Amino acid sequence: MWKRIYALMIKEFLALMKDKAGRLVLVGPPVIQILVFGYAATFDLKHVPYAVYSEDRGYLSRDLLAAFQGSSSFTLKAVLHDERRVAELVQSKKVLMVIRIGQNFSADLARGGTTAFQIIVDGRNSNTAMLVVNYAGTIVKAFNENLAQSHGRAMPVRIDTRAWFNPNLESRWFFIPGIVGLLTLLITMLVTSLSVAREREQGTFDQLLVTPMSPLEILIGKALPGFLIGIFEATVVVLAAVFWFKIPFLGSVLTLYLCILIFLLPAVGMGLMISSIAVTQQQGLLGAFFFMVPAIILSGFATPIRNMPEIVQDLTLINPMRYFLVMLRGVFLEGTPLHLLLPELWPLVAIGLVSLAIAGWLFRNRMY
Amino acid sequence: MNHAILTSNLEKTFVAGERRIEALKDISFEMKPGIIMGLIGPDAAGKSTLMRLAAGLLVPDSGTISILGMDATRESVKVQSTIGYMPQRFGLYEDLTVQENLDLYSDLQGVPIEDRRARHDELLGMAGLSSFRKRLSGNLSGGMKQKLGLACSLVSQPKLLLLDEPTVGVDPVSRRELWAIVHRLVLDKGTSVLLSTAYLDEAENCSEVILLHEGKLLAKGTPESLRAPMNGRVFSVKSASVSKRSLQAALSKEPDVIDALIHGDHVRVVMEENGVLPRNSDMTISPLSPRFEDSFVTMLKDRRKTVQDIDGDIREIPRSASPVIELDNLERRFGNFYAVRNVSFTVSSGEVFALLGANGAGKSTTFRMLCGLLPPSAGKLRVAGLDLRHAASKAREKIGYMSQKFSLYANLSVKENLRFFSRAYGLSGKMEAERLAWAIEEFSLVSVMNAVSGDLSLGYKQRLALACALMHEPQILFLDEPTSGVDPLARRDFWRRINLLSARGVTVMVTTHFLEEAEYCDRLAIMASGEILKIGTPSEIKAAAKNLAEPTMEDAFVELIRERQAP
Amino acid sequence: MKMRLNGLIKKEFIQIIRDPSSIAIAFLMPLVLLFIFGYGVSLDSEHIPLGLVIESPSADASNFASSFHASRYFETHHFSTTRAAKQAMMEGQISAIIVLKQDFSEELRRSGAPVQLLLNGVDENTARIISGYVDGAFQKWLERDADARGMALETPVRIEQRIWYNSELRSRNFLVPGLIAVIMTLIGALLTALVMAREWERGTMEALLVTPLSMNEVILGKLIPYFLLGMGGLALSVAMALWLFHVPLRGSLWLLFATSALFLIAALGMGLLISSVAKNQFVAGQIAIIGTFLPAFILSGFIFDINSMPGIVRLITHLIAARYYVSILQTLFLAGNEWSVILPNAGALILLAAIFLGLTWRKTKKRLE
Repeated sequence: MWKRIYALMIKEFLALMKDKAGRLVLVGPPVIQILVFGYAATFDLKHVPYAVYSEDRGYLSRDLLAAFQGSSSFTLKAVLHDERRVAELVQSKKVLMVIRIGQNFSADLARGGTTAFQIIVDGRNSNTAMLVVNYAGTIVKAFNENLAQSHGRAMPVRIDTRAWFNPNLESRWFFIPGIVGLLTLLITMLVTSLSVAREREQGTFDQLLVTPMSPLEILIGKALPGFLIGIFEATVVVLAAVFWFKIPFLGSVLTLYLCILIFLLPAVGMGLMISSIAVTQQQGLLGAFFFMVPAIILSGFATPIRNMPEIVQDLTLINPMRYFLVMLRGVFLEGTPLHLLLPELWPLVAIGLVSLAIAGWLFRNRMY
Repeated sequence: MNHAILTSNLEKTFVAGERRIEALKDISFEMKPGIIMGLIGPDAAGKSTLMRLAAGLLVPDSGTISILGMDATRESVKVQSTIGYMPQRFGLYEDLTVQENLDLYSDLQGVPIEDRRARHDELLGMAGLSSFRKRLSGNLSGGMKQKLGLACSLVSQPKLLLLDEPTVGVDPVSRRELWAIVHRLVLDKGTSVLLSTAYLDEAENCSEVILLHEGKLLAKGTPESLRAPMNGRVFSVKSASVSKRSLQAALSKEPDVIDALIHGDHVRVVMEENGVLPRNSDMTISPLSPRFEDSFVTMLKDRRKTVQDIDGDIREIPRSASPVIELDNLERRFGNFYAVRNVSFTVSSGEVFALLGANGAGKSTTFRMLCGLLPPSAGKLRVAGLDLRHAASKAREKIGYMSQKFSLYANLSVKENLRFFSRAYGLSGKMEAERLAWAIEEFSLVSVMNAVSGDLSLGYKQRLALACALMHEPQILFLDEPTSGVDPLARRDFWRRINLLSARGVTVMVTTHFLEEAEYCDRLAIMASGEILKIGTPSEIKAAAKNLAEPTMEDAFVELIRERQAP
Repeated sequence: MKMRLNGLIKKEFIQIIRDPSSIAIAFLMPLVLLFIFGYGVSLDSEHIPLGLVIESPSADASNFASSFHASRYFETHHFSTTRAAKQAMMEGQISAIIVLKQDFSEELRRSGAPVQLLLNGVDENTARIISGYVDGAFQKWLERDADARGMALETPVRIEQRIWYNSELRSRNFLVPGLIAVIMTLIGALLTALVMAREWERGTMEALLVTPLSMNEVILGKLIPYFLLGMGGLALSVAMALWLFHVPLRGSLWLLFATSALFLIAALGMGLLISSVAKNQFVAGQIAIIGTFLPAFILSGFIFDINSMPGIVRLITHLIAARYYVSILQTLFLAGNEWSVILPNAGALILLAAIFLGLTWRKTKKRLE
């Protein structure tokens, strides 16, 4: 039995590797994607364009503005002298924020009183807007503390905030492990979702079915290359994450690979299932696509599952990506030990076995 | 204008990967208007390329092609509005009705609205589709689709009609109807028709014929003039003492024999000019009238001397007394539709048995059930003495299967394909190496051992596919349209191997739409609409066409269908 | 010319009606995707599980703690010791811990740090939101506390924030327009790539090519029907955005449709280009996925701010039609007819559409080679 499976597996690899397009797909896109998306997918703000409209000439307002200018999160685009231009700049999206300081800002402060200044933020992307407000708040907080110190005022009460696992709250640390999952899913699905459909289209699947191979043997022979390629892709992307993007890796490599292996069970299973339902490669591809889009969006990759309505949250329970992302982030950033990942592992095994079983059944029992 | 088509030194080469395929080499000919010209040759002869060049869809590498006085390359749009073209897989929109398809092509060809009604009525009447106007063309039979395609390419009353293999996959009855339409066009309207076909027997229907082989023009002339040199060189040989297979084998070894073919109960022999046929007291020899294929084979033989000896190093399979394949009231439903019903027959060991029928007659479905690719809905089915439902894996070890499209892994090399299939059948180690060596030797694959199988010529592909199916020395061999598209010589080689296998006790089950091939078999079953019309030896089947003197298999087939349709 | 084109378009519509898969891609897909994603994708964090540890109960401490109980953002879980809370955070049950220290009241009066906030920083966005919210809540509580004791709170500089266009910061208001862009990308590119492939596969393209049709007519004959179909899908998506997700539309509906038409032409052009370049379905599929969906999702500014991306990546985003469309959509929905945003972005869309169609036109010859 194993000899036949081995023969099938070798054949799958040869078929994939001998195709120039196939080879390219396995290596090129994942590398390009981790680089582009790795840099693009981040909630860390940098170079947010802003403008200043200040009616105050005092040195304290200048200090405050200097604090903004010194931050890498903001880039000063314009200093305005005309109030009417404030609206114009925000509306045209030339700046995301305008700092507006009133006449008495420095004077009030110098008197030992309190004062306020305005920031106008473009709320068209509310998430970015919220981040801008937060960043500004942090700068002002530091400014206040400095001020209190240098002027001998009473220090304000503060909250002692500490972030575990990601002390500087770097967005990239969150997203890149997610991209590892995303690309592993993508490639595995592409490889497996076409493997049966291609053979059906070319007529070789019949040839395979008339050999003494049982559906289980065909299933294993078709699934193993998916596993190996998935592991290979994951390794490439993990290496890029650790050595190029310098994402900390606290967990054990063994745990990571075990997680990847278990995740590949449903990924390969879904791919083969779609592939054995499909009549043509085109259908296989479309099927993979329509599985992947929701699987990525509803996985917690960019937006937390917690924010979804109950019913959608329930829906995500059958999404293998959901579990994989939790495991990846855990192993990367928290160093989560294996036993804490069990709640994520068993649903993956269940989804994987069910989809693989359906795929194997469909090999022989599909209606023509 | 005194020609319909005029080509001079036409050349066309395609590049596929690292391979250059010379599709057409130095083709020059003239076609007079108002005739049917047949473009005849096996697959990859260059027929479609020539058609596409004539339609202005391809640009020649060198040489010119002129259509009705216009240059097909430079004035392609002008040419396209004066010709009708029906590509190989005619572009009918299957989700449009018959009428909608006609409307579309009328719009595209700019047929004036006021002329359309009369024109459509005429075309549909001619095609026998008048009562199907509202039917989706996807729901038409293969023959009806072809006729509709023909009607669509005629909406603009073209002066020249290009038909690329219009009769492929069409049942013999529809094939005759199509030819009748084409003849009427030429007669009534004076249309010129260029028609390509891989069926050599269709040459007889043409006014003039061009023979193409591997991109080269072999011959041109009327069918009679091409056939004439063969007069007095074709004989039927019967022997009282030896079987027809041994007789054929013996005769083909004779130096003066160009071709020896089993034809029903006799062997059909084509001789060299002034050749001497060895006579034997128990042989009955009578002259036959030559066919077009005879001249074609003769012409190719001169050019291709490479037909290798097939020695048949095949292990003897012990014959069993009980039937090897047994079908009892086999039935297969798809929803409410019966693809196959009431099919019963048996095949005994060492027999060559053919399933014949048009597309959709149920032969493929029956075949798939026999190979265990499709479970039957009802009825009994035993292969090699085993019930496919219970001992599927064991039964499959004993069968070899070669599918319609010579399904090989196209980007694997010849050796890799062979190795994969031998391992898939559980061979390993010494056994595997032995069989691999056997296949490469037996099928003369040494020269292409490391070539990617997708790049092979059709003849090689067919040989490789057969080798793959034989790696595990099966008792039963299933062949699904094993010779479609290969040239007559490759077809002969192939059948010689099949005969050898059968002589060693291998049971062979074959489907084909070359009715001619049915003559090579021991027994055959003719299927239509999912049922068996008749089972018997070739001679018994041919007896169905009782009112013809020397009926062909096609005559018998048409007769059987007609009988069935008669109330 | 008109008769030929009409014939082609008529045929295409009959096919669309008969073949449910085009209808499904054009109407069912937006419906389902917008439904799932409109509800599913949200950055408005609610019910964040929060651990609360009060080391020594006091009036002040329980007073402060109560300010979290009523909040819809948090679900508070009480822990008696910090250790137990940390354990819970390790296991992923809570996302943050607020520790009210033993000397909460004293620290409070002494300008110290009476509150400790421990965050799980893995999901840094949520962490920031929690931190911002806790800060705000604490500040408010301090003010009320000071007020109650008849004192003014001494924060030297305060920020007055004015969020324009989306003052309550509903993330759905920007995500839904962005999703429309993602969905329209899918419709445009997929539909055309598929129908062109179908014509080649079924051999109908060859039959079309030998008629007197010009290549322009073939391209237009595909573009016009699927353009109309895509606009139908758009109308449906906009209707859902307005009435199901209650996204305000501050700009003009006509402008929305006009700019969407531009984007759709660019997307259809991209689909045509993919189908004319990629002969192999495997490659075509790769391009469709890598070239349409993922960039529209990640590089369009739909979720991630383009300004914050490094230079090269920013350059790449200029090639993504969805980028311009997202900008236009968010402006039209939330800000109004802002010509200074719409004109340059619409110009870019026209340019991209011209490039895609131009390349398609050059690639598709009336020949089979």
